[in-house]
Amino acid sequence: MNRFMIPLFGFVALVVLLAVGLRLNPHEVPSPLIDKQAPAFSVPQLRDPQVQLSDRSLLGKVTLLNVWASWCGGCRHEHPLLVELAARHKLPIYGLDYKDESTNALAWLTQNGDPYTAIGFDALGKVGLDYGVYGVPETYLLDRHGVIRYKHTGPLSRDVLEDTLLPLIERLEHEPA
Amino acid sequence: MNRLNTAMAALCLSFCTAATAAFSDTALEARFKTLTSELRCLVCQNQTIADSNAALAIDLRNEVERMLQAGATDSAIVDYMVARYGDFVLYRPPVKSTTLLLWAAPALFLGVGLGGWLWLVRASRRTVTQELTAEEQTRAQSLLRERAQLHTEGHRA
Repeated sequence: MNRFMIPLFGFVALVVLLAVGLRLNPHEVPSPLIDKQAPAFSVPQLRDPQVQLSDRSLLGKVTLLNVWASWCGGCRHEHPLLVELAARHKLPIYGLDYKDESTNALAWLTQNGDPYTAIGFDALGKVGLDYGVYGVPETYLLDRHGVIRYKHTGPLSRDVLEDTLLPLIERLEHEPA
Repeated sequence: MNRLNTAMAALCLSFCTAATAAFSDTALEARFKTLTSELRCLVCQNQTIADSNAALAIDLRNEVERMLQAGATDSAIVDYMVARYGDFVLYRPPVKSTTLLLWAAPALFLGVGLGGWLWLVRASRRTVTQELTAEEQTRAQSLLRERAQLHTEGHRA
């Protein structure tokens, strides 16, 4: 091998390394909660504060838990996808209204549509803290045993929904009970 | 998504500044300072939760304060954060299979550099100390003689 090829190979390796590095999204932090039981919680429901929503409400079926807030711009962006998903009756979508004002949240839902089966009202962000929420919107996919199987941080996109979420939902629904 | 990242970065630039908490106990305050300067804010990723004023950093600071007041140990607080946000919250990640490369990289790079340098030195020394065969020796001498002759002739002309 020509010794002048060695620096060339080194250079190409460096370029590949940097090119991969540039394409990574540093805001996507792997969640330690994947494949763990969803943290327990119990909060009043947004639409009916007399009734509690808890982690036990999510058991028994594959569910989506979407953390959102009326002050969150990215939530408005992804919301039509959730409304569409709800209309397809794929699975129950639960909401967690994170550090919000209930009047603002309810008005926001009236304006943008309400895809949620039920919404927990996490006024102080305590539940969000237990779920490791660091940038709303965040979406968790839970299997029927209440185990978190997938988490998406940031607004859902059509690509994430069609290529990742829906196939995974399909797979989880066919898992033996 | 890109626009969102830029907006996030801009938010960080404008809001991520230092903040403090009130403690009556100085020992507790010292622990609070050490702990918060070892935990990363996940919104302003290159800041500790002590430095950042992002809403999340404030929440996490409050949580550290609450746990300290409740008598939690430092390791309990760190474990609490890691359980929720992963090793990424730690500025000093633990050594384990997923972080091994991270920890080994400096030694690895040093080794590769040293190895390469040694190899180069050896390679160059090899070419210098290579001895000529008797045949080459005579040929070299005749070449030198020829050159010297040309030189003197040149001067004469």
